[in-house]
Amino acid sequence: MSDPILSIRNLTKRFGGLTAVKSVSWDIRPGEVVALLGDNGAGKSTLIKCISGVHQPDAGEILFMGKPVHFATPIDARREGIETIYQDLALANNLDVPANIFLGREMKNRYLGGLIKTLDERAMLKESQTALDSLQIHFPTLTQPIESLSGGQRQAVAIARAVYWNARLMIMDEPTNNLGVPEQQKVLELIRRLRDQGVPVILITHILPDVFAISDRLIVMHRGRKVAEKKTSDTDAPELIQYMMGARDDFAAAAA
Amino acid sequence: MTVSHAAAGGPPVAGLSPGKRLVLLLSRVWAWLFLAVMVLFFVVAVPIVGSATFVSIRNSQNILVAIVPIVLLGLGQTFVIISAGIDLSVGWVMSLGSVLSALAIRGSASFGAPIWLAVVIGFFAGALGASVVGTINGVIIAKLKVPAFIVTLGTSFIVRGVALLMSENTTVIGLPDIRAYGNEAMFYYVRGGGDQAGFHFLHPPPLPTDMLRQLDRILQWPVVVTAVVVAIVMFILHRTQFGRHTYAIGGNLEAARRAGIPVDRRLIAIYALSATTAGIAGFLSTLEYNGGSAVIGDPLLLSSIAAVIIGGVSLFGGAGTIIGTVIGSLIIAVLTTGLVMLSVPAFWQFIVVGVVVIVAVLIDQSRDLIVGRTSRGSES
Repeated sequence: MSDPILSIRNLTKRFGGLTAVKSVSWDIRPGEVVALLGDNGAGKSTLIKCISGVHQPDAGEILFMGKPVHFATPIDARREGIETIYQDLALANNLDVPANIFLGREMKNRYLGGLIKTLDERAMLKESQTALDSLQIHFPTLTQPIESLSGGQRQAVAIARAVYWNARLMIMDEPTNNLGVPEQQKVLELIRRLRDQGVPVILITHILPDVFAISDRLIVMHRGRKVAEKKTSDTDAPELIQYMMGARDDFAAAAA
Repeated sequence: MTVSHAAAGGPPVAGLSPGKRLVLLLSRVWAWLFLAVMVLFFVVAVPIVGSATFVSIRNSQNILVAIVPIVLLGLGQTFVIISAGIDLSVGWVMSLGSVLSALAIRGSASFGAPIWLAVVIGFFAGALGASVVGTINGVIIAKLKVPAFIVTLGTSFIVRGVALLMSENTTVIGLPDIRAYGNEAMFYYVRGGGDQAGFHFLHPPPLPTDMLRQLDRILQWPVVVTAVVVAIVMFILHRTQFGRHTYAIGGNLEAARRAGIPVDRRLIAIYALSATTAGIAGFLSTLEYNGGSAVIGDPLLLSSIAAVIIGGVSLFGGAGTIIGTVIGSLIIAVLTTGLVMLSVPAFWQFIVVGVVVIVAVLIDQSRDLIVGRTSRGSES
């Protein structure tokens, strides 16, 4: 087994008297899709936000590419290559595909020794095309505001942007929510393709068919604790539901 | 396997019925069409009512001079509204620019500066003085998170007080004669016969007094300065990273932040730019009237916002162009001039402009309905 890209060791996060995440340990290796499951309030989002720099853990440590990291902001985490794709996408719908892929990191032409800089639209278009091609995403045109694209297509733009900027770990929060069935399949297909390119994906979802369709491994959280960690092929939906409801707990002894 | 997103519907625009596509096209070009139709109407109607003709060198130049302050106030406002903000202070900031430039010209001339130098100093006093106000607006909006509407309303009162105090509640006079900079032009045209008939570059021909009425000034200096400013801000908005970020901030503020755009710095610069173009408008009015006025700008605020909206800048942010704002200003000026030439009481212009503003917003919204655009901003 290859070395983990991300290792979480005994991570704990408290909000006042409430312990949202209790001493969770977890490894993610290159080229795997790991599903993170749990009922509302189980601590999934808090755990993810600790990894992506939104929250700072109260105890425990996070190792990324083998070295301990402390992210003060999501931008720090992104700089290291941890890319989180939220449901609200974080795209500017009034701009076209290249403008979104290069948002905040635009390519520029330089004139008069760098005194005057203009946007290099042609280069950004070409690079965007390459990025989309590498994921086999095809749009008829890239130069229309993305508000004219479907939800799944915009999801694809967000993924292509993350891949272009060398994401080394992709966290996706409910990526198939609010999408039609064909669109859901395309997003899952994209996730598979990311895995095949060696980018590990953490998939937060409560849609069990998605879990069985694409995840290699899964962990289940209940009331802030990890209650199960399994290969997807070793479990089934009824068992997962028992974990999510708190009826089963593989780590009860460790917690006691 | 190939993920063919095109097969799953593609962009809605491609799948629209021809009728809807026509509406969509019209919504993009209606301002140009409206301007053209209006000009045609006045060309036909004005000679019927009176003896004048609507399209003449003099009339076209009058319209250009008339739109100078509206365009300049609108240019900065275009950036502000594209970023999903509003700047209500530009009217009084223009007044401040006028007073500051007049005081600077008078002051530097009294120290013996040649007139051209005094005018240059006046330009910088007006533009930079105004930009200070804009920077304050931007800092309060970006750093202290106060809504732009409130901040600029507040500074507009403050600036009003400052401008009136500095001008001692009267026109700033006693300037050296700078009218040449405000009223003279790049080209001159002499109508009728005589040795001097035709075009002249930079210098008007010596004419006997009785022929002065036949002299037309083409591209007066304030118009030329405005054209240069228009070209510069067009470049900034449509060709640079700063312009791209302005659109991104207005389209999805949260996305802009997450993408690492220095949103606060951009917003401060946007409001500073808005005040600067207003300050330049104030400076040009000082040249034109050979004096500074603390009340020159205020009545122009609403006209300039109307011009921006007619020109297609979305009040929700994220959309609009500089050329649209220029067209919007032209529509207002052509309308006003035309109605006057038709001997329609001047007050009708307000009613017509008001109707056009509302129609412009309706057209923008109908476009959203067709494209299926959801509300802009955090939701997607």
